[in-house]
Amino acid sequence: MHNKNLFGVSALFDSPDKIISVAKKTTDAGYKKFDINTPYPVHGMEKAMKLKPSKLGFITLVFGLTGSFIALLFMYWTMSVDYPMIISGKPFFALPAFIPVTFEVTVLLATLATVIGMITFFFKFPENHHPLHDTNYMKQVSKDKFGLVIESADKNFELEKVKEFLQSLNPIAIEEIYYQEKANNSLLEPRFLTLLFAIALVTSGTTYFVLNKLLYMTPFDWMSTQLKLNPQKPSDLFSDGYGMRSPVKGTVAQGFMPYLAKGNPNPNSNDLLENPYLITEENIKLGKSKYLTFCSPCHGNFGDGDSRLRGQFPNPPSLHSKRAQDFKDGMIYHVIVNGQNSMPSYAPYLNHEERWSVVNYIRVLQRAKNASESDIQFAKKENVKNASN
Amino acid sequence: MNIDYSQEAPAVAGRLTLAEIEELVAKPLDTRPDKKYFIALSISGSALMIGAICLALSFYYGLGLWGNNQPIGWAFDIVNFVFWVGIGHAGTLISAILFLLRQKWRTGIARFAEAMTIFAVMCAGIFPAIHTGRPWLDGYLLPYPNQHSLWVNFTSPLLWDVFAVSTYFTVSLVFWYIGLIPDFATLRDRTSSKIKKTIYSLFSLGWRHSSRHWQHYEKSYMLLAGFATPLVLSVHTIVSFDFAVSILPGWHTTIFPPYFVAGAIFSGFAMVVTVLVFVRKIFDLENIITMDHLEKMNKVILATGMMVGYAYGMEFFIAWYSGVQAEQFVFVNRAFGPYAWAYWIMVSCNVIFPQLFWVKKFRRSIPVMMVVVILVNVGMWFERFVITVTSLHRDFLPSSWAYYTPTLYDFGILIGSFGLFFTLVILFTKSLPVVSISEVKAVAEGAQPSHHGGVVNA
Repeated sequence: MHNKNLFGVSALFDSPDKIISVAKKTTDAGYKKFDINTPYPVHGMEKAMKLKPSKLGFITLVFGLTGSFIALLFMYWTMSVDYPMIISGKPFFALPAFIPVTFEVTVLLATLATVIGMITFFFKFPENHHPLHDTNYMKQVSKDKFGLVIESADKNFELEKVKEFLQSLNPIAIEEIYYQEKANNSLLEPRFLTLLFAIALVTSGTTYFVLNKLLYMTPFDWMSTQLKLNPQKPSDLFSDGYGMRSPVKGTVAQGFMPYLAKGNPNPNSNDLLENPYLITEENIKLGKSKYLTFCSPCHGNFGDGDSRLRGQFPNPPSLHSKRAQDFKDGMIYHVIVNGQNSMPSYAPYLNHEERWSVVNYIRVLQRAKNASESDIQFAKKENVKNASN
Repeated sequence: MNIDYSQEAPAVAGRLTLAEIEELVAKPLDTRPDKKYFIALSISGSALMIGAICLALSFYYGLGLWGNNQPIGWAFDIVNFVFWVGIGHAGTLISAILFLLRQKWRTGIARFAEAMTIFAVMCAGIFPAIHTGRPWLDGYLLPYPNQHSLWVNFTSPLLWDVFAVSTYFTVSLVFWYIGLIPDFATLRDRTSSKIKKTIYSLFSLGWRHSSRHWQHYEKSYMLLAGFATPLVLSVHTIVSFDFAVSILPGWHTTIFPPYFVAGAIFSGFAMVVTVLVFVRKIFDLENIITMDHLEKMNKVILATGMMVGYAYGMEFFIAWYSGVQAEQFVFVNRAFGPYAWAYWIMVSCNVIFPQLFWVKKFRRSIPVMMVVVILVNVGMWFERFVITVTSLHRDFLPSSWAYYTPTLYDFGILIGSFGLFFTLVILFTKSLPVVSISEVKAVAEGAQPSHHGGVVNA
């Protein structure tokens, strides 16, 4: 074997008492780069090896405090700044209620930092290629022996002298430990690259599957398949397979009383309805708004037939003609529901009350446009009364 | 049966040498599993499958398959959650609190108990997740920046639960793994199989049993134990807040946090004893998990059992003393109402039967121990059932009173959780050292210098 470098010389001992004294003697002999390997922590070894107390606690402290601070700050920001909301009458910054989470985050961060810090920073792990691995020495100290290694990196290291020193300690065995330089770049190994490729393939494949397929399967499809009635869709809930239902025979839904004169251009005056609504201020207001919305585009704002759409449709008749003035309320209602000539039915847009309100409003317009002398006198008196109030 | 309690019994019996300890613990890992192992595994695996099928059906058809309905919105799912979290507490108590108290006898049982903690918390974690109905959306439980620009409610005990249980699981796992590192190294150095060696090397991270490392290692173990101790108390405290912070009579009780923690240790120790009795027999570990250890655990069961009994009594006292009629009604209803059967199963299993442990002979008898600890397991499950269901089933509006009956799916999922737990336990016994090799070696006779740091003639 070429390229063999000496890592150090090891010696094995068989009792904890012995290894403590060996550690003391090695320290006293002035060796610095040495190590004691034992299958379990032997009490008093730190003192014997003159090790400084572990500084691991500082990592724990720093990260623990960081955890508390971050948790509190985050809860303050989310609950008091970003989306403040009053919950059970608590203040936005409800410190007592934030303590459990603060505690948990502190413990979590402190623990993880301690362990990860210890393994990577204090131990420099993972390190499976250390020269001591796979030696007989390591096998023995792993089991039930206690070992000492003096490394060649020590500035007092001289092979013969070290061996002599170790011999003087009465060990069970002495072993020289060698290592080989490793010189290949493991990042470019084909096996590693294949692994990377496989990971990329699996990750992207899974993501594609989840986002494009899985989320559209029951039960992951956001409850889009449910036992409920959908318009225009068949349904298993009824024996005839129809989702949409027609009313029970012989019944009428409220507000949907059928109109008997429907479809008849010249209804019999007996078929026409009586106006069930009194002319009240409220009723006229409703009628006005509906008239201006639905009727005025053709009939004009005051019923003169001066449509804004003049020229694009056949001109509608004035609502102030003799014929229109002589219409019964029921007839105007009939025209709204049924349409007349080129006027379509407005039944879909106006409900029962609104149609009658429009009728009443048309009556108001007719009276206002064709006022008699007494009406004018009356209106003048009303105006004076209103002005003096 | 004359035991001298004035002197501490050795942590390892039978004067085993270090090599013998290692041989004993590593034997199950070196030998092929026998027929009995596969029979046990197939039984627990079947239970696991029953649970998996019931869960799959529950997700496909919806949670209407369960017995929960108004006014009993919390039932088996929450009962099982609290039960399993409780089981987990024994492991952390043994590994952390007894470590801080310098109890050497913990070494023989700590590894197994910690493993049971992890498995029990895994079982527990399933239940709140499935309780949401659509567990694949449980990511919403975590505070992350999202398109709704909403955050989780940090003042809710249910959210504290998310943090507590996930922290508890992570810390337990890390604590467990730290303990395993030296054992992986030992296994790595004794195995002759190449595949095993690769796996052990990977997990040992290259541990060299160096004293310079042991120094930090022991420090970290101490720090972790220091954190795990308040953590374990916080977890069941927060679980009890799920109930205690509400304003429901029967739940709104200040005694809940200590009462839940005592109950958790009680049920956890019972489960540890249940499993260890088999493990020490099957794997010839009678010298490492000795009768003295079992006896000590039985004493803990006796003590915590009486704490729980005290809490039962105190709840009634406070109901009477407070003069709140709703509170009084709930407790009378609990003991004499439609769920009286559950209440009295709970009281007899948790308070009456553990009293047998006052007698030394019973404390040290395997059959008596087995009967009592299994009854304690049953009793503690019923305790959670009684707390959850009896407080809900007769609420403030008599017209909505109801009687909760679980469905087959509820039972299937409960069986499934036991299947998961025991499957993991069985797999664990054959794949990892069930006893911490390095810790037990350290407490064997003659393992430590005759006086610490003293110079002995070489």
